[in-house]
Amino acid sequence: MTEAPTPLWEVFVRSRNGLAHKHAGSVHAADAQMALQAARDVYTRRGEGLSVWVVPSNAITASDPADREMLFEPTGSKIYRHPTFYEVPDEVGHM
Amino acid sequence: MSVTTTSIAVDETPLVLHLLRRADDALILGHRLSEWTGNAPTLEEDLALANIALDLIGQSRALFDYAGSLCGLDEDQLAYRRDARQYRNLLITEQLNGDFACTIARQFLYSAFIDPYWREAMSSSDATIAAIAAKAEKETAYHLRHASEWLIRLGDGTGESHRRAQAGLEELWPFTGEFFEVDAPDQSLIDAGTIPDPAELHDGWSSRINTILARATLTRPKDSWMQTGGRTGRHSEHLGHILAELQYLQRSHPGAKW
Repeated sequence: MTEAPTPLWEVFVRSRNGLAHKHAGSVHAADAQMALQAARDVYTRRGEGLSVWVVPSNAITASDPADREMLFEPTGSKIYRHPTFYEVPDEVGHM
Repeated sequence: MSVTTTSIAVDETPLVLHLLRRADDALILGHRLSEWTGNAPTLEEDLALANIALDLIGQSRALFDYAGSLCGLDEDQLAYRRDARQYRNLLITEQLNGDFACTIARQFLYSAFIDPYWREAMSSSDATIAAIAAKAEKETAYHLRHASEWLIRLGDGTGESHRRAQAGLEELWPFTGEFFEVDAPDQSLIDAGTIPDPAELHDGWSSRINTILARATLTRPKDSWMQTGGRTGRHSEHLGHILAELQYLQRSHPGAKW
């Protein structure tokens, strides 16, 4: 008798209001409700969370590691895209 | 010839006695759940059961602390220096873990009782009990959800998981009568508004059990003869083994500190 493997879920935790949910890791669970419980039990033990999302891992479409050079390397030479060329007057203080 | 003992005597006023009963429930069940650490079916459940164990042990500490303040002892003395006959926990909490389904069944039956108990106790006339209850209820509400969702999936899962969940329920059912026992000391606290009346929690407990068991396609065991004795220190053979492991350090080195 073969058993179906327990589905994998990606876990996203939001630690504070106003912040985005951040990828925390993954859990195995039979369904969405159990995945939420497992995510709470595994990834929010130290007060990390106010909100948890779980997403079936197979619902995520990922970029191909082989495309890395094509996709990401060209941006390395576009330093003008970083907002580091402005003179900020002293009176502005911390932005 | 004199015999020395590391055991202590406790002056059990009705309030101290009730606090010890609730504290011992939480400590012994927490200890039982901690035995799953490293042995649970999945890493996720390993952590979940350890979390619940720690919640319960934390509740026992708050209760021991309060009981100790009333009888001149500290939480370590109350946990580590009483013999099995002085322990006041419900018999269900000391039963062997069995398989995962049996552990979940025990957690479900107990949480379905204790969560409404703490919710009622939040309006206790005793401010310390009300505060302990407010903290504990948030924890036990999750314990109840965790166990309910697992029981539903085990009952309505495979033939094997259904069989095991049903067997766990059948084995533990005779221990549920103890939840609702009231003796003279507890009655005096109920009359004073210090603790909830368990009789008033019975209907809610019963209907919660029926709802979850129906979703789990499990059969509610028949009420018949019920086990009793934990509240007066008459325990099953399992408690002595738990205490041997739990207490050996403080028994060998009384008062030892980290």
